Amino acid sequence: MARVPVQFTLNGQERAEFVESGVTLLHALRDTMGDTSPKGGCQQGACGACSVIVDGELRLSCLTLAETCEGASIETAAGLASEGVLHPLQRAIVDGFAAQCGFCTPGMIMAAKTLLDHTPNPTREDVIEAISGNICRCTGYEPIIQAVLKAARSNSQKAG
Amino acid sequence: MSLAVQTYSSVRDASDALKPDGICYLGGGTLVVRAVNEGDVSITGYVRSTAPTLQTIDITEGRATIGASVTMAAVLGNAGLAGLHPVAKAVGGPTVRNMATVGGNLFAPAPYGDFTVGLLALEATVHGADGESPIEDFLAGRDDRRKRGIVTAVSLDVPSAGVLRFLKVSRVKPRGVSVVTIAAALALDDANKVKSARIALGCMADRPIRAQAAEQALIGCKLEKDDIRNAVAVIGEGTNPITDPVASAWYRSEVLPVHFSRLLLG
Ligand SMILES: Cc1cc2nc3c(=O)[nH]c(=O)nc-3n(C[C@H](O)[C@H](O)[C@H](O)COP(=O)(O)OP(=O)(O)OC[C@H]3O[C@@H](n4cnc5c(N)ncnc54)[C@H](O)[C@@H]3O)c2cc1C
Ligand code: FES
Ligand code: FES
Repeated sequence: MARVPVQFTLNGQERAEFVESGVTLLHALRDTMGDTSPKGGCQQGACGACSVIVDGELRLSCLTLAETCEGASIETAAGLASEGVLHPLQRAIVDGFAAQCGFCTPGMIMAAKTLLDHTPNPTREDVIEAISGNICRCTGYEPIIQAVLKAARSNSQKAG
Repeated sequence: MSLAVQTYSSVRDASDALKPDGICYLGGGTLVVRAVNEGDVSITGYVRSTAPTLQTIDITEGRATIGASVTMAAVLGNAGLAGLHPVAKAVGGPTVRNMATVGGNLFAPAPYGDFTVGLLALEATVHGADGESPIEDFLAGRDDRRKRGIVTAVSLDVPSAGVLRFLKVSRVKPRGVSVVTIAAALALDDANKVKSARIALGCMADRPIRAQAAEQALIGCKLEKDDIRNAVAVIGEGTNPITDPVASAWYRSEVLPVHFSRLLLG
């Protein structure tokens, strides 16, 4: 099958690769670019485990074709920690035991990051709405909601 | 399986490229890529267009033209379309809304197509590469996609906030699939009696349909329990609801009058 070139920024780094034509962004990231942080759960848009940020917007990488991301800026959970220091959302998830099996966590964190990027001081309802496309079968959601609210508070303390 | 993606800057070229069997237009991909992931081998390639007009929302003299590639999130981000916000918000969760397009929603089979239910009640016009048609005609003939070419936009009189009564009934909050979706565009006279009504239903057929018997029965009624009784009694006329894992056809028929009544009285 034909391979086509795609070029985009992944977690701040320019990447240019050849991918199979029509391949999803999820598979391009995982199988070609070595970023296995987005997870393939349902491949149907239903679980949110594959969520990544494309040009500032949360997207389901399982339903996005890699070729439609030409020139885009893509963020995944793999790019969040900086020089060995976890992102506040990652720290809050770890500290709050908001991950058990961890399968949903990268997608959940990207959904939460999109929220905090646009709404630095979210309400509980904002958080519930923001993660409403992400399924977690382990935690019962409450620890995740609390972790996102805690990360928002720690961000705003830093900013203040 | 991998499939060729053809990208065109011109709508005309994209429309022409759709002619061969198996080639499917790619909007936001939330239905079509999902079908491919699920193993739908009838789709053998994608065509997309990056024409800027497809992404544009234009509001001129009370008439809105919404490009086919405009997403639900973009509708929600446009203050001029506030009257449509409850409808756009009813589509999926926030991530789906970032991808789901207005054009794709016109083709979404039940239980999807919530935005189209709103457009049907608001008497939208569907614009395509090969001309335009009232949304009702478009929906009736939408299965013959290659003959029709691609949809470029929908246009409608901008509804003021509150003109459209809209209800999507779902079992999972906040982002469940529809049991039944109802949109009612009602105009009242000075005596608060209904002078015109356009009512559209989702999940009560394989695609959004109008409830014409109920529309007629509402004319001259006040939106009060005794007055709307006849309209509520005929709301299911001409429907052929779907059965899916969310609800049976029987259940949908049973709850439709209850929710219709609540929508009118609420
Ligand atoms: C998890 C999930 C939840 C969902 N929830 C809802 C919901 O609550 N309500 C709802 O209404 N829908 C829902 N959907 C379905 C879908 O997201 C929407 O209906 C959406 O608007 C479809 O648009 P799209 O751009 O993604 O379509 P695509 O998948 O790109 O296309 C769908 C069909 O339309 C055709 N098409 C698309 N654009 C054009 C065009 N411009 N011209 C000609 N043909 C075109 C395609 O060829 C294809 O056949 C959901 C989907 C998922 C995955
Ligand atoms: S894998 Fe993409 S939504 Fe489940
Ligand atoms: S931690 Fe296991 S699915 Fe969320």
